Amino acid sequence: MIHQFQLHGYNIVLDVCSGAVHVVDEVAYDVIAMYEGNTEEEVVKAVFAKHQSLGVTLEDVTECYDQVCELANEGKLFTPDTFEPMAGDLKKKTSGVVKALCLHIAHTCNLNCSYCFASQGKYHGERALMSFEVGKRALNFLVENSHGRTNLEVDFFGGEPLMNFDVVKQLVAYARSIEKEKGKNFRFTLTTNGVLIDDDVIDFANREMSNVVLSLDGRKEVHDRFRVDYAGKGSWEKIVPKFQKLVEARGGQNYYMRGTFTHHNPDFLKDIQTMLDLGFDELSMEPVVCASGDPSELTMEDLPIVLAQYEELAKLMMERDKQGKPFTFYHYMIDLAGGPCIYKRISGCGSGTEYMAVTPWGDLYPCHQFVGDEKFKLGDIWNGVTNTQIQDEFMQCNVYARNECRDCWARLYCSGGCAANAYHATGSVKGVYKYGCELFRKRMECAITVAVSRAVED
Amino acid sequence: MKHIKTIVTRNLCESAKKGGCGECQTSCQSACKTSCGIANQKCENTNK
Repeated sequence: MIHQFQLHGYNIVLDVCSGAVHVVDEVAYDVIAMYEGNTEEEVVKAVFAKHQSLGVTLEDVTECYDQVCELANEGKLFTPDTFEPMAGDLKKKTSGVVKALCLHIAHTCNLNCSYCFASQGKYHGERALMSFEVGKRALNFLVENSHGRTNLEVDFFGGEPLMNFDVVKQLVAYARSIEKEKGKNFRFTLTTNGVLIDDDVIDFANREMSNVVLSLDGRKEVHDRFRVDYAGKGSWEKIVPKFQKLVEARGGQNYYMRGTFTHHNPDFLKDIQTMLDLGFDELSMEPVVCASGDPSELTMEDLPIVLAQYEELAKLMMERDKQGKPFTFYHYMIDLAGGPCIYKRISGCGSGTEYMAVTPWGDLYPCHQFVGDEKFKLGDIWNGVTNTQIQDEFMQCNVYARNECRDCWARLYCSGGCAANAYHATGSVKGVYKYGCELFRKRMECAITVAVSRAVED
Repeated sequence: MKHIKTIVTRNLCESAKKGGCGECQTSCQSACKTSCGIANQKCENTNK
């Protein structure tokens, strides 16, 4: 299977199953489009007829056809998908291995954002803070179940995790005290709205967190529409200087300025530009996750706007590259030469198997997005996973579990997508959130285009 | 005349031979938390 697209002056051909990416001229673009299902004579004749007025000769087209044949023979074009028998292998091989936890350190928040998927941090339940004892047991659970894995990931999440900052510090100290003896390497992440950031937080985060995720929606009026305190006051002016100080102290690295865009700002490139103007250059901007019918929900009318914004974003990145002012956009990070192996690419996201969320009282859920939905409770950190029926459902989530993915060129980049999005859109974790797929495919075209432009310029 | 420039990429078929160590980052654990993908992850296999 191949995927062809034209963007920002590049003709790009992706060989889906080998992962090969080709930049081609117009002649090759048309030869490749006709290659399957037509004879050499038919292809050469048609392509020559189309391009001869531009000075292309019959020899040119024949030579191009030979180059396409050569790439096909080398396994770099039209490579068949032979990976399906391996689809469950990684999860089987790593069955019972847990390597990442999302610690819900605080089910409460000092902001009252109406678009919050976690209902202002409460996850449709009671406000709660995780105790040190529960957190310590969660870390021990992770170590005990990580088997041969060295790198363990722990995200301090909420609600707002800094509302329980003392416990965060104690847990990090505990993890550091055991990691050497246990042969583990903890990588901590903190996701925060910024309200409680002070010098102490900055010192700690920059010493202990391998990544910090900072919530900022971009333009002041966009941010303050949703991200307000309980008095209804916007948080933009309060948090932006704190974020700037934290990022500067961090050397401008290993953070994400993370925004959410909604129906109210499908023109989110302006928000990206605001982030850049504020001096941030490691950026992430996510489509809102909300219930169907919510006023913030992205509509079909928003879709073409959002897709065009993604294209413009790619163009902006390429322009800034040329100006020596590059920036990172999370979804356009793509390592063509060193990205994930095929096992990872077909195995699904790992929620409910290698990745779980822990509530303040120690219950385990497949991921943070399922917390609060009792039927998805997997077990707890003392007794492990006891709801094996739910875990089996997540175990079976992979690229080949969804018929819609079989013909999708982007399947080895999304790995079947987000189980939570699928569940919310269709009622099944094995469903397909089609709107999200549209956005994902456009993001991948843009990501590949930016990567191509960088490779070609080098 | 060269009509095609091939970018250096990891060969996914070849990656099956020594892949599957599982050391790489969990897909959704970083900056997104809402729109998972694996394209932006790094391979952490030290034995490839």
